[in-house]
Amino acid sequence: MGIKINDKSFKKNLEKNLNDDFMRAAMVKAQDLINKNRANVLSQLGDGNYQEWQKLSGEARAHAIENLDFYLNQFAENVVKNGGTVFFAKDAKEASQYVTNLAIEKGVKKVVKAKSMVTEEIGLNHDLIDAGVDVKETDLAEYILQLDDWNPPSHMVVPSLHLNKTQIRDVFAKNGYSGKDIPEDLAAFARAQLRNEFLTADMGIYGCNFAIAESGAITLISNEGNIDLCTSAPELQVAVMGMERILATYEDADICISLLARNAVGAKSTSYTTFVNGITEEGAADGAKEFHVVIVDNGRSKVLKSQFKEVLQCMRCAACLNICPIYRQVGGHSYNSIYSGPLGVVLTPLLAGYEDFEELPYMCSLCGACTEVCPSNIKLHSLIHEHKRVLAEDKKNSAFWGVSMTGAGKVFSRPWMYKLGTGIAPLMTKPLMEDGKIKKGISILKGWTDKRDMPALEKTRFRDWYASRSKGGNK
Amino acid sequence: MKVTLFTTCIVDFMAMNVGKATVELLESLGHEIDYPTNQTCCGQPMYNTGYVEKTKSTIKHFIETFEHAEVIVSPSGSCVSFVKEYPHVLADDKDWKERAEKVAAKTYELSQFLIDVININDFSAKLPGKAVYHSNCHTARFLKVKEQPLQLLSKVEGLELVDFHNSDKCCGFGGTFSVKMGDISAEVADEKARYIQEANPDYLIGADFACLMNIGGRLSRIGSNIKVMHIAEVLNSK
Ligand code: SF4
Repeated sequence: MGIKINDKSFKKNLEKNLNDDFMRAAMVKAQDLINKNRANVLSQLGDGNYQEWQKLSGEARAHAIENLDFYLNQFAENVVKNGGTVFFAKDAKEASQYVTNLAIEKGVKKVVKAKSMVTEEIGLNHDLIDAGVDVKETDLAEYILQLDDWNPPSHMVVPSLHLNKTQIRDVFAKNGYSGKDIPEDLAAFARAQLRNEFLTADMGIYGCNFAIAESGAITLISNEGNIDLCTSAPELQVAVMGMERILATYEDADICISLLARNAVGAKSTSYTTFVNGITEEGAADGAKEFHVVIVDNGRSKVLKSQFKEVLQCMRCAACLNICPIYRQVGGHSYNSIYSGPLGVVLTPLLAGYEDFEELPYMCSLCGACTEVCPSNIKLHSLIHEHKRVLAEDKKNSAFWGVSMTGAGKVFSRPWMYKLGTGIAPLMTKPLMEDGKIKKGISILKGWTDKRDMPALEKTRFRDWYASRSKGGNK
Repeated sequence: MKVTLFTTCIVDFMAMNVGKATVELLESLGHEIDYPTNQTCCGQPMYNTGYVEKTKSTIKHFIETFEHAEVIVSPSGSCVSFVKEYPHVLADDKDWKERAEKVAAKTYELSQFLIDVININDFSAKLPGKAVYHSNCHTARFLKVKEQPLQLLSKVEGLELVDFHNSDKCCGFGGTFSVKMGDISAEVADEKARYIQEANPDYLIGADFACLMNIGGRLSRIGSNIKVMHIAEVLNSK
């Protein structure tokens, strides 16, 4: 699939999603629930202590990113010491081909896959399927999306957030399910199907939450148990990771894991925290006999050298999506990228270019809620603003706004122009008035007035009142 | 104290009453008002749309207009939070940066000034009825002014303050966002207006006119009769 999830224009996509009452109600409900749980587990850290934790985990992430080449080397050396093979892939194609070729070479017929954003990013499923490999997503939500003709994920932690239980029942019904839309029954059906897949797979593929440099371990944080089956049942295993997933030590991981679980799902910890340390010993009943780690660059080294470096600290917890007032209204698919919400706004244009994603930086009211919650301590709203600056100043993307803002800059730095402009403005907007309010705007004002009134511009400005008052009038 | 007033451009030409209430309130507390008539806008609309360079002349004009002040007070936390950003925006120019720092350090949002600087406890505002308070994002998150407005409102005689669902969330204004992404912005405002209606207040109070104009615009469109008031007007109610 890659980063971009469909070929519709931004506008069409947005319109469709804004009209999807169903999806929108699901977003509101999910955000409120996740945030309630999140607030609850954070309050257990003690009043005001979250900021301290946030600072610590932000420092741990920043330290790893600052010294990325050192820690990547250390990590790779340790993976090899643990009996694994490391492959550095410079782009999506190289990464996907490496895994696909490996599957072909080893005669793999079936792959069980755990949820991983980076494998979505590199479009791995497609390549494997093209090579004739049977790919099974084993995360429940991903499994649903796969059965639904590879419906794209709309949320990083809860990929099928845009579907409800009835829609999921319908998807399952096409695949042999005959029960009702009861969540437990649906899960039991998926579980029975998947159990068989694990036992018959020749290869397991999973992502990586944190790669620990000091030991070469891949850390996986999960809830369903499917990841543990991917890391234990198949003899051939591949971990795919973005090259920024590194942490220096287990101690750093301890802090980051606590915050990841609390922010991602509003729980103190997830059901499973798994460390994969290379191949297992001779004679062990389960675990990898052959282990590969694919480290994906795909534009990250470029980000590392840019003013956006900080975004590499992200631990994909989705707290910023869950708090974002815009994501809440438009849903994940409106971003047209596998990475949605504030993180997606920052990351997508960096990895996939501005061309297809020029509107993303404007999907933000700069309210700063994302920055406030981010456990990696990323100043998300500042980075979103920096994208806007790049678009406006370096790429000169909008003649309309360029001219308007040049005009505004002139008026606001020349008081005589400002006084004149604000003096005649009420007259100019008079044709738009109805019942003392502006109800029907033209041009850009329409975006406002379609659903909102606007107060009339004052005939007596504050400055007029003040001036007349100091002359003794209107006190 | 001599208080130099920055009304903000939007209050100047769209909400004269907010400026008027600010002046009358400060005067009733015994302060002298200084109103530099050359003032325009803080520059935030251009800056937030991405036009950083084009903002600089406006910022410099602001600094020139206000640097004589002992203390600068404004009835908008969002604009004040942007004034606090000036040193960062002018970081490349040592002289201007220093001037920006001095101006930023003495600029306060109204409720912040009332509580943190002059620490008023006793004033005789009176407004009978039930109210909700909308907390502006920039005031709360960037300026860290959260408690001050509530503290002031709690002292208004007859006023009952109630909370509403997701009261700390953005109202969807966001400056040029409100027109550039007007359809999304309107949906955010609509949800905000609905939650406010659920609380069934007589008044919606805020410390930032832009948000009030946004939420109020939606309330007005759906025919609500909740009265929208700036905190300066509330504190000036007798
Ligand atoms: S940017 Fe921060 S809040 Fe958003 S997903 Fe990444 S770590 Fe979580």
